[in-house]
Formats: sequence, C-alpha cells, structure tokens
Amino acid sequence: MVIKQQILGLGVILVALFTMVMPMKAYAEYGDIVMNNYADAAEMRPAVFPHWFHRIRFNCSVCHADLGFKFGAGKNEITMAKIIEGEFCGACHNGEIAWSIENCDVCHSGIAGMPTQVKGDPLRVSNIATPK
Amino acid sequence: MIMYKLSILMLIASISGVFSLVASAESSNTFNRMLKPQAPANLPPAEDGIHDPESPGTHMLQPPKEAFSGLVKAKWGNKVDWVKSIHAKKIAPRHNASDATSKPIIMNLDIIREVRGSMPDVVFPHDRHTLLLACSNCHTGIFIPQKGANQMSMAAIMLGESCGKCHGAVAFPVATSTCKLCHAKPKAKGSVLKRSVMSKP
Repeated sequence: MVIKQQILGLGVILVALFTMVMPMKAYAEYGDIVMNNYADAAEMRPAVFPHWFHRIRFNCSVCHADLGFKFGAGKNEITMAKIIEGEFCGACHNGEIAWSIENCDVCHSGIAGMPTQVKGDPLRVSNIATPK
Repeated sequence: MIMYKLSILMLIASISGVFSLVASAESSNTFNRMLKPQAPANLPPAEDGIHDPESPGTHMLQPPKEAFSGLVKAKWGNKVDWVKSIHAKKIAPRHNASDATSKPIIMNLDIIREVRGSMPDVVFPHDRHTLLLACSNCHTGIFIPQKGANQMSMAAIMLGESCGKCHGAVAFPVATSTCKLCHAKPKAKGSVLKRSVMSKP
C-alpha cells in the first residue's frame, strides 16, 4: 500500500514537473510557410507549406526558378484559381506528380487567423516580435 | 489505517520536497540563469503550434521525425544537414519536377569575400548552391555577378536581404553555431587584427 502510494506520489510529481518544463509555444518546423493572403477572408484555414517535405523530393530551383515562386512568404499572390490553372502548387498538385487539390484540408490545416509568415530562425529580425 | 496515514504523509513529504526543489530553482543564483531551455524540434504537425489539431488534414501529414530518421544530422534548422544528406545519397531530390533523371549543373567556384572586422573571411561555395539552385535564383536579382559589386552586411542578412533571403528562413540559420560555416577562411597574415594583438604582449 505504502509503495503504491509512493509510486502514485512520484507519478504526480513527474507529471507536475513535466507540465512545468513543457513550454506552450509554437514550434513549427524550420522553414514552414504559413500562407494567409486570402484564406481567412475565404473562411478557410490558412495553408501551411512544409518546406522540408518538399526539399527531400525536389531541388530549390524546381519551384523557385522553373515554377516562378518568388523568395519570401506572402510575395506570391497564390489563389486557388491560379492553382487550378496549373500555376504555383498546381504545377505538381494535379493528380499526376502529386495528389490533386480536392484534398483541401491537407494544405489548409493551419490555425485560423495566423498571419502569412516563414517559421524560420527566431533570431531573424522579421521574426522578432516588436513590443507594443 | 496507520499504513494509509503513513502513505499520505509520504505523499505530502514527497510533494513538498519537489516544491522546495522548484523554489530553489527559482531563487536568484541558478545555474545558466539566462539560458532558455532548447525548444523541442521536429514535433508532429498536431503539436507544432501552427497546424490546427482539429483539421482532419493535420493528421494526414507526415511527422518530420519519421522523414528525418535516416538523414545526416545537423545542430540547427530542421536538425538535418541537407547537402550532406544528398552527398550521402540519403535523399535524391529531383532537379526537374517531372524528370527524375535531370541533374543540376554544378559550378565549382569558391568566392572569397574579405571582411573588414576581425571575423575570418567569407567563403561562398558555388558548388553546394548550384547543387540545389539555378543561377537565375540569385543572379542578378539578389547578387550582381561581379567582384565588389555587392554590398552586404550581417545586419542586412538578419533583415532577410542577400544571403538572408534563404539563410535564416529555410537554409541554415544565422546563429553563433553557424558563423564559421561562412566565415571559414582565416585572415591573411598582416591583416587588420592579428592574433598576436589579442594575446599577451
């Protein structure tokens, strides 16, 4: 009984310590892009582009030279109309090279209201929050 | 009953023990007072703070750790050394979206930039950049391909200009652990700040 209680006590302590140590912040993958130029207004979740997943499969130049994606979150005015026409994401996400665009939720899975941004280096000046 | 009381006492004692531990950790003389705990890396999408766990799509996404398990490790960014992973044949990214056999044209040319401060000179390796990028990605929109024609500073890079277009956003970040990846060539003899100046007279 005593041992059981002690184990329980230890468990409580461990959980308490764990919750104290575990920070409640955003730890998005380095290079993830949140795209919310138009999503919020269209009542869709913002799209999240996982850079890492794509760089395993493609060189940078495939998107940034061949497909004409400009460097910089929010600089490409990507709309679903353009994607359906085969521009931007639609060059591959057409059911031939990659899965097609009817899987709305797979890209539009960001937390609503998040601004367009790159989840890069926290020391990068654009990522440092300015005090209000 | 006595056993039960004893166990409750033990529980209280152990909890209070932890509180005293926490209290001492919050006192003024802790070890590494300014050092923030390192952020957990490569969390699955539902826990990364930018994906909505209530979206069914979030749970269809591959967790980064699963994809990175066989890749060459690094201490920064995604914790993956992407160039080494290609050289080690752990990944084989396509150079053309629809043609798996297309290969990049590698340009083997190091550009040395002499820096004014005490930092070692910068070596820009064209080879590992042309492995991933096309010439048009940088020239001439970001860099004029001419010696001395490009003004750059760490401040500009931190603001996302020049090298900072990629480094700090997607490519390896600007951090104390990564300075020497670029600042790789020790200063020539007789340059501004010699080591002898720094050491004892």
